[in-house]
Amino acid sequence: MNFLTWGRNPWDQPILTHISWDLLWASLFAGVAFLVAHASYMVFSAHRKRHADETDAMEAAHAHLPGRIVRHSLVARMFHWVMASAMFTLLLTAFLPIAGVRFPWVTWHWTAGLVLTASILFHIIHATVWLDFWSIWVGPRDLPELKAEVLREFGHDVPGPRPGKYPLGNRLYHLAIVVAALTVVASGLFMMVRVQTPFLTRNPYIFGDSTWGLVYVSHGIAGVTLVGLVIAHVYFAVRPEKWWITKSMILGWITRRQYLEHHDPDRWAISRSEGSAVQ
Amino acid sequence: MAVIRDPMPAFELFQPTTVADAQMVLRRYGATAWVLAGGLDSLDWLKDRIKRPEAVVDLCSIPELKGIRETGEGLEIGATTTLTEVVRHPVVRERYSILLEAAEAAASPQIRNQGTIGGNVSQDTRCWYYRAGWPCYRAGGNICYADTPESINREHAILDADRCVAVNPSDTAPALIALDAQMVIQTADGEERVVAAEDYFVGPGIDITRMTILQPGDLLTAIRLPATWGGARFYFEKVRDRQVWDFALVSVASAMVVSEGANGPTIDRMRIVVNGVAARPLRLQSVEDLVRGRPANEATAVVAANRAIEGARPLRFNGYKVPLMRNLVKRAIRGEATA
Repeated sequence: MNFLTWGRNPWDQPILTHISWDLLWASLFAGVAFLVAHASYMVFSAHRKRHADETDAMEAAHAHLPGRIVRHSLVARMFHWVMASAMFTLLLTAFLPIAGVRFPWVTWHWTAGLVLTASILFHIIHATVWLDFWSIWVGPRDLPELKAEVLREFGHDVPGPRPGKYPLGNRLYHLAIVVAALTVVASGLFMMVRVQTPFLTRNPYIFGDSTWGLVYVSHGIAGVTLVGLVIAHVYFAVRPEKWWITKSMILGWITRRQYLEHHDPDRWAISRSEGSAVQ
Repeated sequence: MAVIRDPMPAFELFQPTTVADAQMVLRRYGATAWVLAGGLDSLDWLKDRIKRPEAVVDLCSIPELKGIRETGEGLEIGATTTLTEVVRHPVVRERYSILLEAAEAAASPQIRNQGTIGGNVSQDTRCWYYRAGWPCYRAGGNICYADTPESINREHAILDADRCVAVNPSDTAPALIALDAQMVIQTADGEERVVAAEDYFVGPGIDITRMTILQPGDLLTAIRLPATWGGARFYFEKVRDRQVWDFALVSVASAMVVSEGANGPTIDRMRIVVNGVAARPLRLQSVEDLVRGRPANEATAVVAANRAIEGARPLRFNGYKVPLMRNLVKRAIRGEATA
């Protein structure tokens, strides 16, 4: 299997052109293999969540909380689904032609890329100004939670820290998506000067051949990484034990019980605006 | 990249006498095989050492690919029939004169004696960046050298460009589309596939490395001309830099059925195709729809011509193609004689 594809420029020098498309199939395989491995593990594992009686006691202690806890605001949900649509469009328009499905994909691809770019810019501003910016990031302070989560996965009752607003898996996934998406967006914006668009004069000479090679390879690596990441994301979104999270991305809220069962109230304190009346 | 024009690199030459034998060789060599008909496009590639096939399959010894046959539905032209044979055929002259004009406009008499109609429609683009062996999109790279701030792109596309801005150079292709011809393809699996001439050509959005739908192992075996448009009012015009021998800057081919109405001649139906403006011959369906039922007069010609150029996006040096195309469409609808 090749990792990179090389060409020759008009001076007959070797230049990088893009990644080998073998990597697409490798990423697809990795995504599906992870899915199968995780699903098999979940069949046999005994993941420990908070016991029902413990949750009952917490519900009694937190009876002042509203019945519904807002997990994702309407704006945040709209961003998520716009970004998801753009991401699917990007992946389908990028990789279906490589898989042999031929259609005029370029305009669809860069249009979706611009939508993704705009939505990411919006998200950065929205998360910085209106959301708890640090709640989605991971750092050394999360090591105790990581240890506790790993032990719970192996069936141990661990009293240790529960997640704040976002489970550790969500935060790690977000980090991976940030790296891949920013790479694909930055390289993609540069690549737009190589195709005809209404916005820019086409000019492939803003970089030298070797720099362009790195831009194309970065775009390709980030693209195939996103294939695997999206497979994993869709897989977790449809898993029964994660459905409460997916549902909250549609409806915006979780129940008080789900909040207490899966989260640490000390790490995700409910503000007045995050609660709504009991239905 | 230096162009070397000394003797061609070695390859295996096959001269099969049946289509089945030709396809057997093509299957054996896959993408490393090269199909040779008249050789006028092929020998440039081979002598310039830009295409280096392992095997060349010469189709000119296959009798079933030669000649023009009258059928119940019209005319069937073998793919290796020379352009001169097409021009001289009495039925072509009588019923499909637009094809005669187009074939006669191709290159020089010597080239028409050698060049085949299958080769003429299947030939590669003449973008000189690509023909010189530069690693552009069409050559499998990721750059178009013909559309940069410094490019010389006087002959390139004004419509339907998608990364690559090369144009289709065929003279007979627009005439065949105007006649609603059918292309008969023997696929690599040995099956016969018949497609409309319009669908035989592909733009870079669909496949940036090919001009036609032919895949490795496929052979164009014949072109069928239906009687539908036989004897219609035809118009063909090719504008080129040198009248004696050159590729088209822009060409137009149209077939029109006109009836006499109370207010003069009325266009009942029309097919109109332009070439030299995109990577494939463009059938102007919006123009066809616009003129249907309208009088064949100056006003219709002006409206149709303006419709034809909608969406045109000239490059640095080919802005002249926009008014040229507009005027050719206008002349096609007027049906006026070539100047």
